[in-house]
Amino acid sequence: MRFLAANVSLAIVIVFLAVIALLVHPFGYPPAQMDDYIIQNTQRETGANNAVTAVVFDYRGLDTLGEATILFTAVTGVVMLFRTRKGKTTK
Amino acid sequence: MTQCISNIPFLAVAALIGTGLSIIVFDRNLIKLVMGITILEAGVNLFLVGLGYRQQGGVPIYTNACHTTMVLPVPQALTLTSIVIGVAITALMLSIIMVMYRHTGHIEGKKPKTWKG
Amino acid sequence: MSKIVRTVSELIIVFVFIFGLYMIIHGHLTPGGGFQGGAVFASGMALLLVAFGANKIEERLKVSVFSMLESTAAIAFIGLAFGGVAVGFFYNFLVGSSIFGHVPPFGPNRGDMWTGGVIPLMNIAVGLKVIAGLSLIVLVMALASEKDCHKNDSMHL
Repeated sequence: MRFLAANVSLAIVIVFLAVIALLVHPFGYPPAQMDDYIIQNTQRETGANNAVTAVVFDYRGLDTLGEATILFTAVTGVVMLFRTRKGKTTK
Repeated sequence: MTQCISNIPFLAVAALIGTGLSIIVFDRNLIKLVMGITILEAGVNLFLVGLGYRQQGGVPIYTNACHTTMVLPVPQALTLTSIVIGVAITALMLSIIMVMYRHTGHIEGKKPKTWKG
Repeated sequence: MSKIVRTVSELIIVFVFIFGLYMIIHGHLTPGGGFQGGAVFASGMALLLVAFGANKIEERLKVSVFSMLESTAAIAFIGLAFGGVAVGFFYNFLVGSSIFGHVPPFGPNRGDMWTGGVIPLMNIAVGLKVIAGLSLIVLVMALASEKDCHKNDSMHL
């Protein structure tokens, strides 16, 4: 009974995803107004040739700060899990 | 009908997310659960990058460039963050599985009442 | 691992490290940046761990050295973000004429190294942080599994 319910709900989710994949804008013609401004004004405002790096570190720097925090927390968690009683890492 | 053929990358995204979800729901081994989560994250990253493609567009970099129409740069920046978050989550999950195997001796996800302290 | 694997990995590791550092430093001109170059460098560290074994690598590069490097790079990244706080958080205060302050003309050009403002310095800080973080993850997991490998039999997959 639970097996049947899991199958039916999974099939509904997959059909829903496939319908959405056809209703998004046609592939290759995105509606873009913010990115046109960024491409035209990157070299004058930030001074970098690479628009992707300018977006990551200048226009959207707070996202990079959050990502650096997540990486730091994950590394701290992994090192903490492998410590022994005496305080040294597992040898 | 022509939109069905030209939107093939988005249909591939639906297939990847469906595969990842069915692995998570139907498998009991914990290592296969981690693999299902990784496939799901790969599908989401492909969706983010595929949203920003422009016809006959090139890389949004001006160094030695010989094209004028450029692809959108903002979805690529969001995908960078998503990939790093995926790596961090996979590392934490595998470490917890290693500690759990050392404690109990099995990696099936079905019997929580055999864990002792 | 055998002697052939150790010799070839000793020769190849220099090129992998230099390629990773090149991708970090030229992040504002070519595709790349802090995260991508740091991941390439950490892959070189994983090659060293597989070829030589985790115990031999841990004698030279301790866990505390990587931990200190990661914390210092995180503090440097936040300090650079507070540099232009008179205008706003994360303001590019070096575009002008200072250390990295040339402004390139609009359109395709050959790529001047001393452009970019505060972006190359942030690339170096984030690159060091990712190098230390990913190398620490791989090193600690390899150390733990090497101790387990001599005690138990294989996992029941």
